[in-house]
Amino acid sequence: MSLTASPEQTPTGPPESDSGSPARRSARLGDRIFAGAALGAGLLIMVVLAGVFIFLLIQGVPGLSVDPSTYGQGFDNFWSYVAPLLFGTIFISILALIVAVPFALAVALFISHYAPRRLATPVAYVIDLLAAVPSVVYGLWGGRALAQALKPVINWLGDYLNWIPLFKGPASPNGQTALTAALVLGVMILPIITAISREVFAQTPRLNEEAAIGLGATRWEVIRLAVLPYAKSGVIAGIMLGLGRALGETMAVTMVYSSSPKFTLNIIGDTSPQTIAANIANNYSEATPDKQHVLIAAGLVLFAFTFAVNFIARWAIGRGERNLAR
Amino acid sequence: MAKSIDITDLDIYYGDFKAVEGVNMTIKAKAVTAFIGPSGCGKSTFLRSLNRMHEVIPGARVEGKVTVDGQSLYDSAIDPVEVRRRIGMVFQRPNPFPTMSIYENVLAGNRLNAKRMPKATADTIVEKSLRGANLWNEVKDRLGKPGMGLSGGQQQRLCIARAIAVEPEVLLMDEPCSALDPISTAAIEDLIHELKSDYTIVIVTHNMQQAARVSDDTGFFNLKAAGQPGHLVEFNPTKTMFTTPDNPDTEAYISGRFG
Ligand SMILES: Nc1ncnc2c1ncn2[C@@H]1O[C@H](COP(=O)(O)OP(=O)(O)OP(=O)(O)O)[C@@H](O)[C@H]1O
Ligand SMILES: [Mg+2]
Repeated sequence: MSLTASPEQTPTGPPESDSGSPARRSARLGDRIFAGAALGAGLLIMVVLAGVFIFLLIQGVPGLSVDPSTYGQGFDNFWSYVAPLLFGTIFISILALIVAVPFALAVALFISHYAPRRLATPVAYVIDLLAAVPSVVYGLWGGRALAQALKPVINWLGDYLNWIPLFKGPASPNGQTALTAALVLGVMILPIITAISREVFAQTPRLNEEAAIGLGATRWEVIRLAVLPYAKSGVIAGIMLGLGRALGETMAVTMVYSSSPKFTLNIIGDTSPQTIAANIANNYSEATPDKQHVLIAAGLVLFAFTFAVNFIARWAIGRGERNLAR
Repeated sequence: MAKSIDITDLDIYYGDFKAVEGVNMTIKAKAVTAFIGPSGCGKSTFLRSLNRMHEVIPGARVEGKVTVDGQSLYDSAIDPVEVRRRIGMVFQRPNPFPTMSIYENVLAGNRLNAKRMPKATADTIVEKSLRGANLWNEVKDRLGKPGMGLSGGQQQRLCIARAIAVEPEVLLMDEPCSALDPISTAAIEDLIHELKSDYTIVIVTHNMQQAARVSDDTGFFNLKAAGQPGHLVEFNPTKTMFTTPDNPDTEAYISGRFG
């Protein structure tokens, strides 16, 4: 109930009650066109995804039961062949997440809540630019520049921290290790996690932040009380997108280290675990038709695994939101 | 410990826009001071400058002097976070923390001050604060449920409980009853009467009867014209304001003949 009316407030006209007016009808047409377009786009994505899946299925299933010699030495069936590859994929991706997530969240919080706007915009821009660098360039940079730079670090880890299984050594002389690849992958998935996190951080309702500020919360306490709980599901979604990118990334791994399909936790050694994507890229061009089926079958495993990860993440996010709602 | 607040020549800005101009007043300790005035005249803005909430908006600043018991609030040696712990605030719209239970919402401020507190102490604070805000009977059986599951009016009382749980020196309330039914409103008014013996209370309200019922002093804010800064027209004991105001504008506003 305001007693003074500001001049900007123009009197609102009578509500349009004539539902049959041309304007209303065209609005409804617009509605229908948009709904149709949205439905079409959604269906198209489903069709493309199904197409990829069917291709993998048709081409890959024969790979499950080819002559054991096709898998290579030491493997007598498909699962023993793909298991170390899947292990390598997950292992490297998790290492990349360990590198990227804390950094991404810190940068996102810096951009959304700490930096003055003058600084926040350029920092955000630079991080976004990282996403535009082709992965081949990351691969080259990782295999040469970063590997060189990491040599002393790797040696030090091998000398002093070799009681930790990850750093068991012996340290690789050329620096081209799983650790190097994980760092490169971490840099590659940083932009997507940062971008999504900073968006959700920035969307924290003003109301919730003021509730915390009004209680005398410091900036970090405001983040802990109001920002993080609100942003949790969005941040998880961002991490999952980053993980998806890491799981499927080929170049960074192929170009950084020479690998072999084996189980090892040692990330500073000469031979590091192979990933599915890198294995396909390495072998596809000179593969026999049988071997091609095997490689595609490995791709199918990666597809299924990525799908499962996303599915579980959705479920976790949904559960979080249901808790929030009630 | 209740404190009095002295305001001298206070101008409040949002960037280049001067929202409030030239306020002088003394808010008495252990009394209720009410602010009334038309929408947009700067009551919330002024209230928020009293616990340094105003400056969290980018570009927002104040000029002039605010002293709490002789201590200058905007002194460079004063930590605004500390100020907000001592001068509590209830906002115009209820804002419980959505992920926290009712219990944890009440304790949110206390947890900032002391991380660990015995369960018994915490229980006592929760019950006392919720009783104070007249919410205890409605929620005592579901303290573990999220605060967002309450009705709007219940949420507002939860926010009041959260504000009084830390026993602030001054309690600022911005239209705390605008979302409440008459019963809850009466309960809040009773609460304000009780709190008055320990706290300094400042309340913004659009409800003249409420201002007349609960307050000892009343300030009337107004705008000269739209786009102009708001200013304090009259500040007097509530009794004077509602019977023989100094300013004809005050009388016009209070009696509903305005604009
Ligand atoms: N965040 C902001 N940024 C810029 N201007 C603002 C902001 N908040 C308020 N203002 C302006 O400051 C003036 C005073 O607003 P304020 O919210 O203090 O009014 P109020 O008296 O509390 O009104 P109401 O009774 O409707 O709550 C208004 O002109 C408003 O547009
Ligand atoms: Mg207001």
